[in-house]
Amino acid sequence: MADEEFTDINGNWISLDCQTHSSFCREFTVTSPKLSLRKVMVYTCCVWLFAYAVFFFTQNTAVLSSAIILTLVGMVIHIHFVKVDHETLLIIGSLGVQLSSSYASGRESTTFIEMSKLKDIVINEAVYMHNIIYYLCILIKDPADPETVTSVVPLFQSSKPRLNCLIQVYKSCQEILAQSR
Amino acid sequence: MVLKIFFPQCCNTADSGLLVGRWIPGHNSAVVLAVVHYPFIPGQVKKYLSEIQSQTQVDLAVLGSWSMPKEGQEGLDSFLKDLSTIFPQKCWLQLSREIGKRGFTCRVVQNNGTLLQDKEQKSDVDGSEEDKIILVHYDQRKVMLSQLHPVQEADQKSEIEPSELRLVFQTVAQSQPLFFLDKYDDGPLKLTHWQSEGREASIIAELLKQASVPVCICLTWLLSLWLWFCSFRILNIPPVKFITSKLSTCVQSGYRAVHFKTVFSPKKADTHMDFMRKANIFVSFLVDIALGLLLISWLYRENRISKLANTLVPVADHVAKELQQLLEWLMGAPAGLKMNKALDQVLGRFFLYHIHLWISYIHLMSPFIERILWYVGLSACLGLTFALSILSDIVALLTFHIYCFYVYGARLYCLKIYGLSSLWRLFRGKKWNVLRQRVDSCSYDLDQLFIGTLLFTILLFLLPTTALYYLVFTLLRLVVVLFQGVIHLSVDFINSFPLFAIGLRICRPYRLAEGVKFKVLCEESGSPLHLMMEINPLKCSSVLQRYRTPTYSCYPKDSWAALCKKLFVGELIYPWKQKTDKTD
Repeated sequence: MADEEFTDINGNWISLDCQTHSSFCREFTVTSPKLSLRKVMVYTCCVWLFAYAVFFFTQNTAVLSSAIILTLVGMVIHIHFVKVDHETLLIIGSLGVQLSSSYASGRESTTFIEMSKLKDIVINEAVYMHNIIYYLCILIKDPADPETVTSVVPLFQSSKPRLNCLIQVYKSCQEILAQSR
Repeated sequence: MVLKIFFPQCCNTADSGLLVGRWIPGHNSAVVLAVVHYPFIPGQVKKYLSEIQSQTQVDLAVLGSWSMPKEGQEGLDSFLKDLSTIFPQKCWLQLSREIGKRGFTCRVVQNNGTLLQDKEQKSDVDGSEEDKIILVHYDQRKVMLSQLHPVQEADQKSEIEPSELRLVFQTVAQSQPLFFLDKYDDGPLKLTHWQSEGREASIIAELLKQASVPVCICLTWLLSLWLWFCSFRILNIPPVKFITSKLSTCVQSGYRAVHFKTVFSPKKADTHMDFMRKANIFVSFLVDIALGLLLISWLYRENRISKLANTLVPVADHVAKELQQLLEWLMGAPAGLKMNKALDQVLGRFFLYHIHLWISYIHLMSPFIERILWYVGLSACLGLTFALSILSDIVALLTFHIYCFYVYGARLYCLKIYGLSSLWRLFRGKKWNVLRQRVDSCSYDLDQLFIGTLLFTILLFLLPTTALYYLVFTLLRLVVVLFQGVIHLSVDFINSFPLFAIGLRICRPYRLAEGVKFKVLCEESGSPLHLMMEINPLKCSSVLQRYRTPTYSCYPKDSWAALCKKLFVGELIYPWKQKTDKTD
């Protein structure tokens, strides 16, 4: 069990938590920083000031109430669908790999990939905006032809850790994969 | 290799006995289905298992022993361990619980008698060299009832062999007869499984199942009567057939008949998809009827029908008046444009005469409108979709003049556009070769060129007048088409929305499974890894996509660009689909 600090591609601190349940079952949790209060305040203030400016010229109170509703709805949508609190990779030797991301509101979305479908776990490069980033991904093999790769499932999609963090996860994943082969 | 044991949650507190289940072929895993309690005769267990096996086609076997510590049964452990000689298997599992521990220990004995693993003694000593065990706990009820997606039916053999989890799900679902024995049955064997406390069933559901067969037969007979009526010769001669294919009420009734044919067929739905289709259609039919009855109860109260009729005639009158004013405006100098006076007058008078005809028609109809509406409103008890289709038809009939204007305008405009395009080719010394489907060069006479140029000029100068009439009436037509399109879309929505599947997704999320998810349970030193397998429900969007009832959608599937091109060239647009035989 280890809790280490890393940075993501934007330089924010993220923490990687490795739990070894057994020699063939490990769990990696990447926790992103919490929703900062300052950011929320800034956005809310922007919307409300803008609404007040509109209200000042139009003298229509509906603008103010709609601004309040807009910020509330926006916040709910943000924490329910956008803001990911932590992402977990659970790898169980000879059974499969489970990726789950839990959102700030507590909603969890989980996918389980069986070992028979999984070809390998690799670190890949990608062009992202104006720079090149590394990411971990799972290669899914074609059930008809085990040599070809049909699709690629990226891991830690929202937290985007840097290479040093990825290497650590990659090495322990490969250990387990090598055992189960 | 890692040995996986799928263990049902309900057997956690079962009394000591034998584990009954199946070794998954090709994978190193075992599914435990039930526990046979201690006082048993091995011969009877074997007989019972072979009976169940012949019923279910699942090769059930005794997997091992299960021991639960209890007072007064100290000697049982060693007895259970010796049972492996009676039930020969390649592996013999020994699961046992201890007092004060949450996890349970597991040993695997190979056939030749060597103890493959003894976790309690060896777990600290040796590392990864040993074989390992994962205990996966599952909720038997949920796994049995759930349907793993993408749906793979048992009868359709695919080349891809099913994955391990799918095999587990299939094993549990197929061994349903094993779960029929509960503790109230007087049998030689006592089992623990998810229904061992008593069978799960509903009296109402069973009664409905019994009643549904005669009801279905009766309704099928009625349906065949209706289909026989529809197959009359008089309904299939060209003009009648054309009109019925364009009236959305007739289309909807035909569609409903097809639905009923699937729902009320007395045959049992074999596959999951068939069952879901039937259930979806049935539920959406019920909802449709309920909405229709709501509409009726609203419509026939407080004399709303006559109010509606009293407003309808003035509205139609008003529309006609507005149209008249619009035409008069067009006949002058609309928006300051200078039109060709003679053509303008001719067109305007022609349309004005039409409106005059229309107004007199409406006035002729006005005494009967209330009666007609009263009877038409009754059709809502057939469902909201019928009421909406009839509304769409009424709108189409009441705006027939707009349709006529549109057709005249479009035809005239189309003629001009075609004439202009062919004369433009003449202008450049070319012509359209029909045989080769291309533009060829051609040398014209002087006379031909002269006449062509003259006609081109005339057409070009008359084009703005016709284009203006066409534009105005197309806009009017588009408003009507838009309204009808919205009605068609809502009818289509009610017809195709998979209400039953969505209800299942909300109330019983485990019934439609996308996959599974695992949770690591407690880990104690000395006990193998315990995982909890939960069902991952299907996403709502994929439920919609998978279970939508396919419809013969009545709205056009044209892209926006194709629609704009049609409008520009002057081809007619309709709210319904023109090519009906597009399916093949």
